Amino acid sequence: MQNPFGKETYLRWYEMMLLLRRFEEKAGQLYGMQKIRGFCHLYIGQEAVAAGIMSATREDDNLITAYRDHGLAIMKGISAKECMAELYGKATGCTKGKGGSMHFFSKEKRFFGGHGIVGGQIGLGAGIAFAEQYNETDRATLCLFGDGAARQGLLHETFNMAVLWQLPVVFICENNYYAMGTSVERTSKVLDIYRLADAYDMPGDSIDGMSCEEVHKGIERAVRRAREGGGPTFLEIKTYRYRGHSMSDPAKYRTKEELEEYKEKDPITQVLKTITENNWATEEEINMINEKVKMEVEESVQFAEESPWPDDNELYKDIYMDQDYPFIVD
Amino acid sequence: MEEEMRRDRSVFLMGEEVAQYNGAYKVSQGMLDEFGPKRVIDTPIAELGFAAIGVGAAMNNTRPIIEFMTWNFAELAIDQIVNHAAKMVSMTGGHFNCPIVFRGPNGSAGQLAAQHSQAFENWYANVPGLKVISTINPYDAKGLLKAAIRDEDPVVFMESESHYGDQGEVPEEEYLIPIGKADVKREGTDVTIVSYNKMMKVAMGAADELQKENISAEVIDLRTIRPLDWQTIVASVQKTNRLVIVEEQWPFASISSEISYRVQKEAFDYLDAPIRRLCSADANMHYAPNLVAAYLPDVPRTVKMVKEVMYMVK
Ligand SMILES: Cc1ncc(C[n+]2csc(CCOP(=O)(O)OP(=O)(O)O)c2C)c(N)n1
Ligand SMILES: [Mg+2]
Repeated sequence: MQNPFGKETYLRWYEMMLLLRRFEEKAGQLYGMQKIRGFCHLYIGQEAVAAGIMSATREDDNLITAYRDHGLAIMKGISAKECMAELYGKATGCTKGKGGSMHFFSKEKRFFGGHGIVGGQIGLGAGIAFAEQYNETDRATLCLFGDGAARQGLLHETFNMAVLWQLPVVFICENNYYAMGTSVERTSKVLDIYRLADAYDMPGDSIDGMSCEEVHKGIERAVRRAREGGGPTFLEIKTYRYRGHSMSDPAKYRTKEELEEYKEKDPITQVLKTITENNWATEEEINMINEKVKMEVEESVQFAEESPWPDDNELYKDIYMDQDYPFIVD
Repeated sequence: MEEEMRRDRSVFLMGEEVAQYNGAYKVSQGMLDEFGPKRVIDTPIAELGFAAIGVGAAMNNTRPIIEFMTWNFAELAIDQIVNHAAKMVSMTGGHFNCPIVFRGPNGSAGQLAAQHSQAFENWYANVPGLKVISTINPYDAKGLLKAAIRDEDPVVFMESESHYGDQGEVPEEEYLIPIGKADVKREGTDVTIVSYNKMMKVAMGAADELQKENISAEVIDLRTIRPLDWQTIVASVQKTNRLVIVEEQWPFASISSEISYRVQKEAFDYLDAPIRRLCSADANMHYAPNLVAAYLPDVPRTVKMVKEVMYMVK
């Protein structure tokens, strides 16, 4: 069967996913060295979701997600340097050292964060889409959240209005089977999360999130619907996080076998296999990509190390847009 | 919690990760094993929903303990706490009451940035119908939590994530600490420092520093925020004539604002200097370590403030 994606796409997927993987591995190490503090949630294992979104959307489409945001932020075009500097809390970070791991943002790249209150961004995503509809653009808005977030009440209010008003939004539940230590089975009798869309007459679908191809196809359909005025879609993308919920979670609630089962389906390995089988790159060319990614991550660390801390007087900056707001200082 | 659950079958614990995971911060370690899934209940991430289930259950012969993983997330449930639990006795003309405890860690806990670092005592202390407790002292926590669980009204109980690991003498035996009583943690004669929750560490640290310079600070731990034990504060100020308040609240309409009003009214003639306070910065907490340090009250600034009310420095 002819592969509908072709060499270019696979090489792009490979490089992007490898960058996310290496970036996150490095972040994990640096957390251990206490260079990165606070909460830090790694995306390792879920890279195919980012890759599939990348190839199926336009650069000017909008994206919003939760605190597990490093991978999606880099995919949207925020540089590894700015991301690493943010993890350090440096002034050169993508939110100037103010947000840290959970709060990456870039207006220019149309990356709307980076949100720490579980489920809060579900409503925000619909609002961002509302504004696109209001301004009569053809941009789609991708709104991602976890399986745990799918149990928040806001989802229902938002879904209802999104369908009622035919908002150009794609709701994506990244179902990685756990919300901290709680498995999906322990949070609901509705285990097919995409079926929640049925209650609101929204098209819903379940997608294999370990496959870039499947993610791409699902997102492409939904994004087209959004652009063409067909309203929202709800995609449940089944994926897996290899690491614990955050750096402090030993993930004792799941078995080694379960983890190994998913690692067998690792999207980076799969994509590389397709590339080699089709002779789309020589070993040397692959090594060049690997080297390039390694350099990019190393440079990001060096950049973060060498960057300055924010100035102490940044404490009262970015609280209001007013430059002369009268803060209470005693 | 365990002691109260042993003595009263109507008490149950409900919240995110409280059972199988033994608590996000291991507060409920072992409780599922002892009491089983009927009384130690894991919920989905649905704060509004499980707070409401708690309030409804409290109307109907049970005594729920509703745990919020942190008080930041209780913002989703504030409708149930303020519009429902706090109003129950009033709007039902006493037909129903709401013996419920809402508890969890409050305030900042390291570099967690703006959405995960808020202290909310004054929000709830503003609401008639609620009682508010905020403490990190292990001895007080046990006695007050037991009192809160037995209380017939809704109680907001605030702990601190960064002090769950603290150790202190906690007797095995049964004791209750009455809600609404502050505690003089250190006696002194020159200045009164009032604080609560984790800022007590700053207050006590400052008192130690001041002692080295022969300044004797009396330190009061409020323990209960509402009702406020202003009598204990006033009695102390009548002795020391000076008051400094240290708290993690934002300054606008904070607990220190309320204390300052009460003390100027009840002890105006005793004051030898303006009442001063050290709050968190009137800003959202940023992530970078230097900005966290600049945001929170600390010992050096407390010491300096005390010296200012003593007119030792300008
Ligand atoms: C309103 C709210 N409640 C609780 C939390 C604490 N919390 C942070 S992440 C999380 C689990 C979320 O799981 P899921 O939505 O599946 O996303 P994942 O971490 O798997 O990406 C919880 C309970 C929070 N941040 N916000
Ligand atoms: Mg999850």
